Amino acid sequence: MTEQTPLKAKDYKSGVHPVWCPGCGDFGVLAAITRALAPMGLPREQVAVVSGIGCSGRIPAYLATYGFHGLHGRALPVATGLKLARPDLTVIAAGGDGDIYSIGAAHFVHTCRRNPDITLVVMDNRVYGMTKGQPSPTSEPDFATPIQPEGPEMPPVNGLLLALASGASFVARGFSGHQEELAAMIRAAVEHPGFALVEILSPCPTFRPEQTHWKREVQAGVLKPAASVQEAMARVLSAPELSTGIVWQAGRALPHAVSEPSGDGDALMRELLAGFVP
Amino acid sequence: MPRTISRDTISLALTGSGGTGMLTAGDLLLRAVARNGLYGLLTRSVGPQIRGGESAALLRIAHYPLETHDDTFHVLFAADWKNFDRFVGEIHLDEDVLVIMDEAARDVPAVVEETSGEVFRLPLHATAKETGGRVNMVGVGFLGRLLGMGKEELADIIRWFFSRKKRDRFIEPSIAAMEAGFDLAAPHVEKGALLAAPSATERAAAKNRWLISGNQAVATGFLQAGGRFAAGYPITPATDMLEWLGPRLPKFGGVLVQAEDELAAINMVLGASYGGLPAMTATSGPGLSLMVEGIGLAVAAEIPALIVDVQRIGPSTGIPTKSEQGDLMLAINAAHGDAPHLVLAPDCVTDCIRTTAWALHLAERLQCPAIVLSDQKLGQMHSIIDAIEMPPWKAGRKVQERCEGDYARYSLTDDGVSPMALPGTPGCMHTIDGLEHDEHALPSSRVEDHAAQLEKRRQKLFLMEDWPDEDMTHWADVQGGGEVAVLTWGSAAGPAREAVRMAAEEGLHVKHISMRLLFPPQRKRLSKLLDGVKRLIVVEQTHSGQFLHYLKSWFDLPEVVISCRRPGPRPITPRQVLRALREACRITGKEIERVCQ
Repeated sequence: MTEQTPLKAKDYKSGVHPVWCPGCGDFGVLAAITRALAPMGLPREQVAVVSGIGCSGRIPAYLATYGFHGLHGRALPVATGLKLARPDLTVIAAGGDGDIYSIGAAHFVHTCRRNPDITLVVMDNRVYGMTKGQPSPTSEPDFATPIQPEGPEMPPVNGLLLALASGASFVARGFSGHQEELAAMIRAAVEHPGFALVEILSPCPTFRPEQTHWKREVQAGVLKPAASVQEAMARVLSAPELSTGIVWQAGRALPHAVSEPSGDGDALMRELLAGFVP
Repeated sequence: MPRTISRDTISLALTGSGGTGMLTAGDLLLRAVARNGLYGLLTRSVGPQIRGGESAALLRIAHYPLETHDDTFHVLFAADWKNFDRFVGEIHLDEDVLVIMDEAARDVPAVVEETSGEVFRLPLHATAKETGGRVNMVGVGFLGRLLGMGKEELADIIRWFFSRKKRDRFIEPSIAAMEAGFDLAAPHVEKGALLAAPSATERAAAKNRWLISGNQAVATGFLQAGGRFAAGYPITPATDMLEWLGPRLPKFGGVLVQAEDELAAINMVLGASYGGLPAMTATSGPGLSLMVEGIGLAVAAEIPALIVDVQRIGPSTGIPTKSEQGDLMLAINAAHGDAPHLVLAPDCVTDCIRTTAWALHLAERLQCPAIVLSDQKLGQMHSIIDAIEMPPWKAGRKVQERCEGDYARYSLTDDGVSPMALPGTPGCMHTIDGLEHDEHALPSSRVEDHAAQLEKRRQKLFLMEDWPDEDMTHWADVQGGGEVAVLTWGSAAGPAREAVRMAAEEGLHVKHISMRLLFPPQRKRLSKLLDGVKRLIVVEQTHSGQFLHYLKSWFDLPEVVISCRRPGPRPITPRQVLRALREACRITGKEIERVCQ
């Protein structure tokens, strides 16, 4: 017996009290996920949310779905394995900018290439919050902190460009403070057949208090669907840094998932063993 | 070589620089041997080069089942002597080794001058050239005839080999070269074949034999037990297991993913297993090192997973193409924190099927990772074995079918195993976690929760000591008896079993124990087996004695313990173990931990 729909957004919350700081953008991400799922009528048990480590990694426990809080950087391979093993599930991976673009960067690139039917939300606050304020791969070159007083002195990773260059089939950026746009974007990503990136500007009021201004600065809907990857890249490069929207969506083949065995298990085994006879 | 017809086992080394096709010649001869109803095994000694390095096909044939190479090689077929020095240290040649070499060969090594056996200087390359075939096929014909094989059956195998590879154009010249080699051997078979001919009964048994490698056998055990998902990253010497499994899994409804690295591979396995499918990865030492964090997560979050480590020589990149048992400590101690998990080891090619199936069964039953330690020697050994009944063990975990009210994923139960609600089960939604957690899987840093969950995860494994014997029959293999025992794990069992048989012929009766379940340690069971044993020989392929130290830290051992060990790539041989057995039988008084090389 699956659950009777419809459910309300709040029904997707587990009731566990988040560890996040007051004003954290991640509350908005959590809310937007529940607002995306509710109108889709997805039974909660058919949704699995997989995360890594960091503030973002806590999000599965706050949802009333199935969840997997794994290792730092490894949410995408877990989500890929789960989706290929259980194509019936709706699988969402969640991570932070450090989780996905630094320690998990290899998985990000190759998951874009592989194109499993999962959605990735990257909660980007441009800082390592859980370890109390070190620069992340999306930090500005001059973001000064005790560990790197001059700042990282490296250009930030552009997750959208990296995704486009790696063959992702759905690429978008949202903002935790723009709930309606973000919820719609996450829904579109979940409904997209293939790997979908939703990078979410998610301010960290504790270690990046200046990000509380994002509310005024983020320009919604600037990124519009492009007709080609080249055009999508150009749009990402030319758009203001704090702009949101779905910039790319395309159909691509999905990787092979498990299926029904082609026959009786014992018969298949006998056929296999016959291959060993010299 | 003073040849006698009645040998019941013979060992041949086929050597040549890469590209001479010696490995193919070994494959073809092994198949010919198998079709004649004889037993045999084939290993390859190759350098790390993709092409052009040294290569040797090491072939042993016998009228009885084989698990290991002999101490010496009786026949050396050398297509050339290039790079011969690189692996001659691994191959002990008999003092009257029969040498078959090209008459025009240069750089002839001392072995040719030193042997008291025959040396055949033959126009191997010229014959190959005349026929349009290659020197390896000349070798197949020549050696095939010396081994008592028929011309037509060798031709059949050549046809089968090339048509399977869709290289039909090689068939005719290869058969021509083989036939020329066969004819070249005519004057040399007058003194008799190298091996006693198989009887009619033996020939009839050929259809009940399998020609299989350890890596294929592991994959077979996984499929037999119900394995459905695999992920891996290419690494020598485990790659061929993934290559074999990849195209076969879809028939069983499964899928294999080539991951971007070993970190991804283990995490994909955990994702698939969390979804409910029995899942595995295969790797070697460097990959196991990378997977350690994932193994810890599987312990903490209680996710079944099968991790096969086909060990190669370490540390670091080590010697990728050669065998050692040096990953034992890593496997047992994998993961930071107290992270108990299963560690098992197959002890022969046939057992790769059984132990892998049992390991998957146990991983699923106990909801934890199981590391299966194979090695390059077992994994890449192609062996003729008796066909076996498939083992009974199947993957199957305790599942929570539905929930009414409260569901606690990590509930404390008598046996430490709590029912797992798979995604899709209504009402049981929860988040599994690598963070320490309470019974409901909620993160917890409380003293009581940590203590309770640590004990739960330990207890479910250590209760295996109290499982009924009939559920634990596979934990060790025991043969023979007496006051002297030899204790091995993994591929070291092969030479030990043969040594024990040779010792019996000398009137020395000893016991052999091969441990297949290494963790959790079966203390009561080993104590029972060691009851009455006064001297113990511990055999392993490591430099430092990892197995010995593992035994000393978990078990009560007899007073006299002799460590018989050597690192790779020189293999442990039957007579090395036999010498240790003889010494053990002579020892009087207390002599703790003598090391024999």
